Amino acid sequence: MKTSTRVAYVSLVSCVAALAAVGIGAIVLVILGADVVQTYKVILTEPLKDLFGITEVLVRAVPLILVALGIAISFRAGILNIGAEGQIQMGIVSATAVALALPNVPKAILVPLVLLSGAAGGALWASIAGYLRAKLGVNEILSTVMLNYIAVQIYGYLLRGPMIDPAELQTGSGTPQSMRLPRSAWIDRIIPGTRLHWGIVLAVVLAILVYIFLWRTTSGFKLRAAGASAKAARYAGINVESSLLFAMVLAGAFAGLAGAVEVTAVHRRAIEGISSGYGFSGIVVALFGGLHPGGIIPAAAFFGVLLVGTDMTQRILSIPANMVSVLQGAVILSIISAKMLINDPYAMEKFERRFLHFKGQPVGQRAEDEESRKNEAKR
Amino acid sequence: MAPTHEKIRELRVEGITKRFPGIVACNSIDLTIGENEILALVGENGAGKTTLMNILMGLYQPDEGKIFINGRPVQFKGPADAFAAGIGMVHQHFMLVPNMTVAENIALGLKESHRYFRLDLPGVKKRIAEISERYKLPVQPDAYVWQLSVGEQQRVELIKTLCFGARFLILDEPTSALTPQETDELIALLKRMASDMSIIFISHKLAEVTALSDKVAILRQGSIVFKGTTAGQTAAGLAALMTGHEVVLPRNACIDGYGNDCLVVQDLYVKSDRGFFALDGVGFSVRSGEILGLAGVSGNGQKELADALAGLRRVEKGRISLMGVDLTNRSPREIIDAGLGYIPEDRINEGIVPSFSIKENLILKDVASPKFSRGAFIKSREEAQNAALLQQQFDIRCSSLNSMTGALSGGNIQKVILARELAREPKALIAVYPTRGLDMGAEEFIHTRLLELRAKGVAIFLISEELDELMNLCDRIAVIFKGKILDILTRREATRPTLGLLMAGIRQGAEKAAVEG
Repeated sequence: MKTSTRVAYVSLVSCVAALAAVGIGAIVLVILGADVVQTYKVILTEPLKDLFGITEVLVRAVPLILVALGIAISFRAGILNIGAEGQIQMGIVSATAVALALPNVPKAILVPLVLLSGAAGGALWASIAGYLRAKLGVNEILSTVMLNYIAVQIYGYLLRGPMIDPAELQTGSGTPQSMRLPRSAWIDRIIPGTRLHWGIVLAVVLAILVYIFLWRTTSGFKLRAAGASAKAARYAGINVESSLLFAMVLAGAFAGLAGAVEVTAVHRRAIEGISSGYGFSGIVVALFGGLHPGGIIPAAAFFGVLLVGTDMTQRILSIPANMVSVLQGAVILSIISAKMLINDPYAMEKFERRFLHFKGQPVGQRAEDEESRKNEAKR
Repeated sequence: MAPTHEKIRELRVEGITKRFPGIVACNSIDLTIGENEILALVGENGAGKTTLMNILMGLYQPDEGKIFINGRPVQFKGPADAFAAGIGMVHQHFMLVPNMTVAENIALGLKESHRYFRLDLPGVKKRIAEISERYKLPVQPDAYVWQLSVGEQQRVELIKTLCFGARFLILDEPTSALTPQETDELIALLKRMASDMSIIFISHKLAEVTALSDKVAILRQGSIVFKGTTAGQTAAGLAALMTGHEVVLPRNACIDGYGNDCLVVQDLYVKSDRGFFALDGVGFSVRSGEILGLAGVSGNGQKELADALAGLRRVEKGRISLMGVDLTNRSPREIIDAGLGYIPEDRINEGIVPSFSIKENLILKDVASPKFSRGAFIKSREEAQNAALLQQQFDIRCSSLNSMTGALSGGNIQKVILARELAREPKALIAVYPTRGLDMGAEEFIHTRLLELRAKGVAIFLISEELDELMNLCDRIAVIFKGKILDILTRREATRPTLGLLMAGIRQGAEKAAVEG
């Protein structure tokens, strides 16, 4: 098979997949009675029209990149971490607690300390699922999903009880939120007047480090080997169990860090709903980016556009912003289907014969091709 | 296509061509099988045998060419069409549900036994009884499949195919899991059945081909290179046609140059996954410069023994040592570091990480060693140099050392594993079914390397079910049956019949049995 054929095939499949995702979204929009073209135009172009939109996209991309990097590590190690949402919340709690406890520590020390404690909180929470899987073989999908529910409750309890802003109690409004973090714990904004903060630089640097870790270090090698084939890794003397635990701790640390960055750079206090689904969107971003840091950054930017864009459709066209969940679902379905087709060498062969060398084909072949084309359409 | 009950007097394929990405699996193949004939279809792996048979079974559509039954063209859109035309296939890997009875398994595919919400099991049993009477194929319809031996399961597969109304049989490597005795029985059975139907017999065991078939067709790289009557052909002649060159498998001259005991196993007890003792007091020792073979039908404890030696299965009782160092219940890492090489049974899932590059798989065991790493980082240059060197030494054929190892052929994957293990200069090597499913060229290569290793003074423990392989390579052969080593024979004592009987659990000579209790 020629490389050019392969490239043509892969790009065709990708285009069809993208169209399919757009199509699924369009069906929902039609049901809602919305103008499909107009809606997509708003979602995809409106956020990029001005500085405000672009910076907002990047603000959304920061937690998505951080979470997705952790997801990529855990998926590569063979552990399907669905618990980033809970890990983010634990990261927020730890970061907030440390920041509030040490208001007089200088900024140069406090910011790193707060970020590290956020990472530690997420890591600790993730290590529960990692430990259960490594030692007892407990399915990590179940345990991480369940730990999400527990984390939500702990988070809600802390914000309503021990960590609530005393001012809220005095005024009696009782909004579940913590005290505002001391300025010495803030991550600064890059462009005044926008919310774009230095966390974006941190995210990009960490993406590079994750790439180096996975593909240039011995521990990354072992981790990927254990994830790609646990059996072969065991025969090669790699401790698969500790690799799982290690990967899960790293994934939790990234999610916790995402939470810490959100709280110190964007909201500056712990409030409810701060994670706003980044833990789940991060999984989509990681998959969309091919579980590779080089793919995760553009994927996160794309999903940032979707998030900001659907916010805008709500304001401009009064189409619910929940539309973004529909689009995410459609994107996942399309990616998975496209991957099946791209990895099916036989489908590729048929494509090559049908479209690129159509001339020399015997006539009897046509009917069969027609049939397989129908089959492919069904897929 | 409506089922017919017309006898298949002739099956003919003309100009069958099937292309897969990058290869032509079948290249305009013409074949004719006449009434009551047994055709042996012979070829190396990847020669296109299975593809051709899958076309006959309607699993694949040919890109070009036609199939004729009794002179009439037929088209099989799916397996159901092929069944309806009377063609039945027994696959190499049995298609039986283990926790169902024989009759239930057969009823699964027998449409006429399904009566709305009821299953006509008595009717199925009657049909089984008829078939088993007619072809002298004894079988217990109420036995569960998991209780049956491999040979018995194969009989069930045959009966199943016949119950479905097959009047033309295709058998894909039917002897690959049988003991020598079971193989002889199967050959006798097929000869009887040929009085009633035509049979295509796929194999690469040439002794069976000459014993059984009337005609032979040899496939090489998708094309038929030889068609003719079997009478007058020798196994060696067929081998040369199959591979395209003379194949002489090397033999161990058994010259005594043995060193001290290297790998020693004493009184080993190991449990299987299901919790019973799969190894029941196994003991042996392999000297440096010696090849000890372990013969036995698979499933008699070989897997558990191999796992225990690699440190992947707990030893309940007993001792494993290498050059005097105790390795019982040590971690795989410690065992690897002590100098034990290992060629696992499942080369694709245990020997390599299929999605890793060849380069990466070649350093799978040593990535953290000082040779390939500095601090936390991999030395990419050494990794590449190592791969290039081993590719040359072991003739690993690939488009690039960066390509995915799982995409290589079985023989090349085995070369990658062999290269990695031998480059580590092991003191002892465990080889588990090292040539299973490989073609003769690859087999020759691996045998030669194992004998070279023996000459260098490495102790080799070879687990195999191929008697030819064991008798060619080993200095001594142990026979395992139900978790016990029945006997260890020297090369001189080990003959086909004695090994066959031991593999079936029968110990010869009353005195010997009495001595060992």
